Amino acid sequence: MKKIAILGAGPAGIEAAAVLAANNCPVTLFEKEAQPLCNITDKAFLFPNFADANEVAASLRAKLDNPNITLRCSTEVTQLTPSYIAGFQEESLTGTPVWKVNEELYDIVLLATGYTPFDAHRKEELGYGIYPGVHTSLEMEKMIKEGNIVNSLGEKPKRIVFLQCVGSRDEKSGNHYCSKLCCVTAVKQAIEVKKQLPDCEAYVFYMDLRMWGQGFEEMYRTAQQEYGVSFVRGRISEAGGTFDGRVQIKAEDTLLGRPLKMTSDLLVLMVGMEASKGTRELATQCRICGEYGFAQSKDPHLHDCQSEAPGLFVAGACKRPMTLTDSVNDGRSAAYEILTSL
Amino acid sequence: MFSIFVIPFCLGVLALLVISVIKYYNWIKEFDRKQQTLIRKNILTWKFLPAIWEMFRECLLHWRITKHNALLGYMHRSLAFGWFLLIVVGFVQALVAYPNGHQFYVGIFFNYFEPHYPVSHSPALPFIANLMDALLLYVFSGLTLAIVKKFWSKPLGMKRTTRHNLTDRIAKAALWSIFPARLLAEGATSALYGNGGFLVVAMGRLMQAVGLTSTVLEYNLWTFYSLALGVFFTLMPFTRYMHIFTEVFLVYFRQLGLRDSDSKSGYTMFELSACSRCGICIDGCPINRELGVTDIQGVYLLQAIRNKDLRNRAESIANMCMVCGRCSAECPVGIDLEPVRRQVRTEYAKGIDHPEGFQYLKSLHHFNALGRVAYFGGCMSHLTPGITQAMEQIFQAAGQSYWFMDQEGSVCCGRPLLQQGLVRQAQALRDRNKSMLKKSNATMLVTSCPICYQSFTKDYRLDIPVMHHSQYIDMLLKNGKIKVERSDMRVTYHDPCELGRGCGVYDEPRHVVAATATLLPTQEEREKSLCCGFNLGNTSIDSEQQVLIRDAALRNLLEPNPDMIATACPMCKKAMTRANNTPVSDIAEIIANQLIEK
Repeated sequence: MKKIAILGAGPAGIEAAAVLAANNCPVTLFEKEAQPLCNITDKAFLFPNFADANEVAASLRAKLDNPNITLRCSTEVTQLTPSYIAGFQEESLTGTPVWKVNEELYDIVLLATGYTPFDAHRKEELGYGIYPGVHTSLEMEKMIKEGNIVNSLGEKPKRIVFLQCVGSRDEKSGNHYCSKLCCVTAVKQAIEVKKQLPDCEAYVFYMDLRMWGQGFEEMYRTAQQEYGVSFVRGRISEAGGTFDGRVQIKAEDTLLGRPLKMTSDLLVLMVGMEASKGTRELATQCRICGEYGFAQSKDPHLHDCQSEAPGLFVAGACKRPMTLTDSVNDGRSAAYEILTSL
Repeated sequence: MFSIFVIPFCLGVLALLVISVIKYYNWIKEFDRKQQTLIRKNILTWKFLPAIWEMFRECLLHWRITKHNALLGYMHRSLAFGWFLLIVVGFVQALVAYPNGHQFYVGIFFNYFEPHYPVSHSPALPFIANLMDALLLYVFSGLTLAIVKKFWSKPLGMKRTTRHNLTDRIAKAALWSIFPARLLAEGATSALYGNGGFLVVAMGRLMQAVGLTSTVLEYNLWTFYSLALGVFFTLMPFTRYMHIFTEVFLVYFRQLGLRDSDSKSGYTMFELSACSRCGICIDGCPINRELGVTDIQGVYLLQAIRNKDLRNRAESIANMCMVCGRCSAECPVGIDLEPVRRQVRTEYAKGIDHPEGFQYLKSLHHFNALGRVAYFGGCMSHLTPGITQAMEQIFQAAGQSYWFMDQEGSVCCGRPLLQQGLVRQAQALRDRNKSMLKKSNATMLVTSCPICYQSFTKDYRLDIPVMHHSQYIDMLLKNGKIKVERSDMRVTYHDPCELGRGCGVYDEPRHVVAATATLLPTQEEREKSLCCGFNLGNTSIDSEQQVLIRDAALRNLLEPNPDMIATACPMCKKAMTRANNTPVSDIAEIIANQLIEK
């Protein structure tokens, strides 16, 4: 029986583990955090149907309840090398390479190490970490989840501005790619804000809104028609603080062709997705590191869960920005590829 | 004393003289009013003394090149100083031999005339003949190095050398053949008459041994020597060798206080021709080092301006430049390339330079200064608000009342426009800031951005002192106005181009860093510091190219493995923060974090 390791207990890793376990393959699931699914449990509701993130996470976590799955939380994998790179001799009976995961040997490894949100400090002109009214979309999500949306003085905000594409589609920060889910997340969060604070104005500054998924366009329309969210095409060039702890933004409304200044209680930066530290380091170690530090699959069309390294599979947002739905599907595909390879 | 073969030489000298005089006359006529005033004011002062010293040091000894690379300096020195001495000693030789007078060319062709005409047998002559041979040998050593450099330039401290055009190459061939031709001609004479110093006699014996003793051969060799000289002198005013005389003038004018102005002037013409196209500006240029673009450096810019038919090329060359100043810092002739680039940009920016575009300036309200110090953050510091916030903390800690003059409704200092050649627009912004400062009654201006600092010190002519915040913080620390806690952080410091090479401020920011942290040296710092890649000077570069230049600067800064990179420019900070995981801080932020509350 081949030994299988899955690195990362996110949606892709858990789904793959569940499918493999159901097919009587024992797997070991490594997770650096103390709990699995950290990138879901910090969310409130999920687009496009406003499903409760906790419920979705609970359903996913329930899949781990299988004797074939060994979950090892708080275990960070720092070493991932195949025998043909590391030069050790313990090849398995079939002659395929063996992978060294930390100090243990495995026949098959699934990399599902995921993403990390863009560090908004790197766009200093937007004032994150300098002005108290500037937050990232993750912090906003937390406020929504706790039902406690407040400005820097602890009062109910009268206006909230969302800014798209922070650290995505941005040549200056070196990330030319689109992070794919921030557009719809801003629409979702604006609706949540309006639900909790109907008197609060919500503005979304965008380059173009990419409402690609099922139900996304409808959400965008609902946001405008039912909730009165305002959408302004233009990027914010800089943010400044005001004496009363609010944020003043400078931007250009590119549809009107006019510069504008606006004062807002909160500025929410829709941070993009970058390859996580684990993804970056492990992909580099086993030589499948592609653009921007993401792991590179063998072929984006037909072999998207395989890598150039034999016995190493890749799934989820460690390859590129991916939604929860896509990650779960991708984990399932990876499990199928692994089963076929056995 | 005459022979027909001297005619090419004489014609060459005549052509050189006439063409040079016409050129210089025209250029001097083109001096603008300010330059003319400076010449009138300074021509009868002692300033010619340092000028003569600099001419000797740079035009003959090539001291700046020697500092760049000793072997390269030796090469240039042996050719320039060696040839100069050959001419001077040759003249003395003729004077000693013919005390009753002689034609001017006799010194050049001395060995030919000496056995044919009666000579005064001065005891000094054999010594001078040996001295002349030693000098010729000295020139030969330089020539050998020049040939080596053509094929293998690395030992002479140059990774890349200049690509020359056809006239330059013909002139170079003529120049390189002058000295071997001279030795052969003198050898042929010596083979017949046995005259000359140690080298020439040896050459003569060798020619005797292989049977080359004929008056026809001797005559033809002297003709070839004269032709080589004639061709070189005639071509000289049209090639890079014009720098030989022009540099002398440039040194003199510079010592009189002349500088480049906003548009092309007579002084610029002298600069264009004083460039020897040595190509030292190529190696250090970040656009060459990181992007592999090797046809936009100073040497090619000057060449393109000189060849007026290539004006479009000049524009694209002028635009593709970080304005980091590394080339000017290394130029052995001391040509200030930044204003020259700006002149070309101005020429091409005329179409968009409408002063009407700045009507909004009138509608801006200015604030009264509450304190004595005016603080100008600058546009770039508004994009790095950590810096302005730190400065406000420092002002408060020092108990200094201040007026943050561009906190609201900021007006740019004008320098980015000036760098792009938009002279009038820059002037409109400067006027606005100047009048605000005047009304504020501020007695000092502190700025956080080196671009603004350079602008306020060089373009504004304010009547109050201007300080970059690195100098201001250094002063506060020295006076004990603020106190900082030491940390065990190890820091490397990045010299911003505009602050370092632009304004010569290297020490103060280092003092400031060293006041609180351990400052680590880096490989390329101070005058040699690397551009961060995101300078506003270059508008044709794309962001991927900027990243390559920035990464090179980062490699240099991260090499000692610091805990933090310090810099003193918001733009450099932004450029580097985006890229790497090591924290990057402005020196003001470092100090603000370590302040000890009184």
